[in-house]
Amino acid sequence: MIQIRDLLIRRGKIDALRVDSLDIRRGETLAVVGPNGAGKSTLLLALAHLIKPARGMITFHNTSLGEWDDVKYRRMIAFVFQDPLLMDLSVRENIGLGLKFRGLEGQEIMTRVNKWAKTMGLASLLNRRAGQLSGGEAQRVSLARAFVLGPELLLMDEPFSAVDPPTRAQLLKDLSRLLSRDHRTTVFVTHNLLEAAQMGDRVAVVIGGELKQVGTPRQIKSRPSDASVRAFLRELPY
Amino acid sequence: MSFDREVIQITLLSLQVSGIATTASLLLGLPFGTWLALGDFRGRSFILSIINTGMALPPVVVGLVVAMSLWRSGPLGDLRLIYTPWAIVLAQTIIAAPVVTGLTAAALESLDPRLQQQLLGLGASRIQMILHLWREARLPLLAALMAGFGSVISEVGASMMVGGNIRGQTRVLTTAIVLETSKGEFERALALSALLLILTYLINLALTWIQQRGVKR
Repeated sequence: MIQIRDLLIRRGKIDALRVDSLDIRRGETLAVVGPNGAGKSTLLLALAHLIKPARGMITFHNTSLGEWDDVKYRRMIAFVFQDPLLMDLSVRENIGLGLKFRGLEGQEIMTRVNKWAKTMGLASLLNRRAGQLSGGEAQRVSLARAFVLGPELLLMDEPFSAVDPPTRAQLLKDLSRLLSRDHRTTVFVTHNLLEAAQMGDRVAVVIGGELKQVGTPRQIKSRPSDASVRAFLRELPY
Repeated sequence: MSFDREVIQITLLSLQVSGIATTASLLLGLPFGTWLALGDFRGRSFILSIINTGMALPPVVVGLVVAMSLWRSGPLGDLRLIYTPWAIVLAQTIIAAPVVTGLTAAALESLDPRLQQQLLGLGASRIQMILHLWREARLPLLAALMAGFGSVISEVGASMMVGGNIRGQTRVLTTAIVLETSKGEFERALALSALLLILTYLINLALTWIQQRGVKR
């Protein structure tokens, strides 16, 4: 579904990310793991075509992102950031925001928002303002806002790093259930190795601005590609 | 002071001239300030520094430059605008536009920069993104509007120089106050000052009400 070849992303004058080759298969969850500042978020921004590569290409359905109309492409994907970044609107309006951008009718928006609010345990909060939510509730709204779009590709950038551990565990469980139910193609960025092993069908290890290795957690643990990967993966629970 | 016909005419002209100038400065300053805030191009800081300097433009200097441009021998002399209300509108727009532009840019720059990426990531077109950023920044944007209006309703130098303070044609509240003071009619000048303050207060009260309507505490 997605192919990355010979990719180089520059942020200013710095080479922020190099990926020689990476394929993301339809329906899989790819967990991208690595230390802080390794280039994981850069990979997601490049996949959303929010930053453009200095070299190489990313293709979606065999067409380079450079050839896609940006808005058309982004209406097939959804992005969940580390912070919920909700607008100063009600929960209902926040969840329906992407649908509104896509020009859907009010009734259709309401039906889909209600469905996902129920799924995410937000039904009783629909009329509440975003500013009145707890961290966990806000992140649930952020997830619902992405899932309601029915995206072909879901990009998640450390979505639970800002919530407390019990809420984080519950959200991970809920997300894991949704992803395995829907088989939605997902790229899930985390710096937590346990989370990566739990969520990902495969794990991609990014260290020092370079994609080092891709495989199942067990494969990577048993045959790390180099010393940096071996050192980083020492904490993997396998 | 009796609330005579002349005072009503002066008051209405003040509101019309400053209202049109504020609207014009909003139409110029909102898109320009947005472009400066969201843009990433060479020279951006330089343009922002010019705009910020423009926020402190002395009205009398603006009045002088606009008057010289509108004189019959000036580059815009053929427009025959000098000593008309439109000349005052032009000068006041030049005074207010940098205020609205600079404060618009500051308002949008104060938002979380990731909000742009989030909106685009949700499938917003560029116009949809900008409209939502304006909505998020509506409190400081309304403050920009109030500051723009405040800068023109209270200025006297430019109105005097390009309008000429002609009775029944270009006399506005501030120029009338100056005239009454110079004539020694302090009671009338004070009454006009009180009227100007009350009008300014009422307009800002309305704008503050709109601004604070959506704020939940």
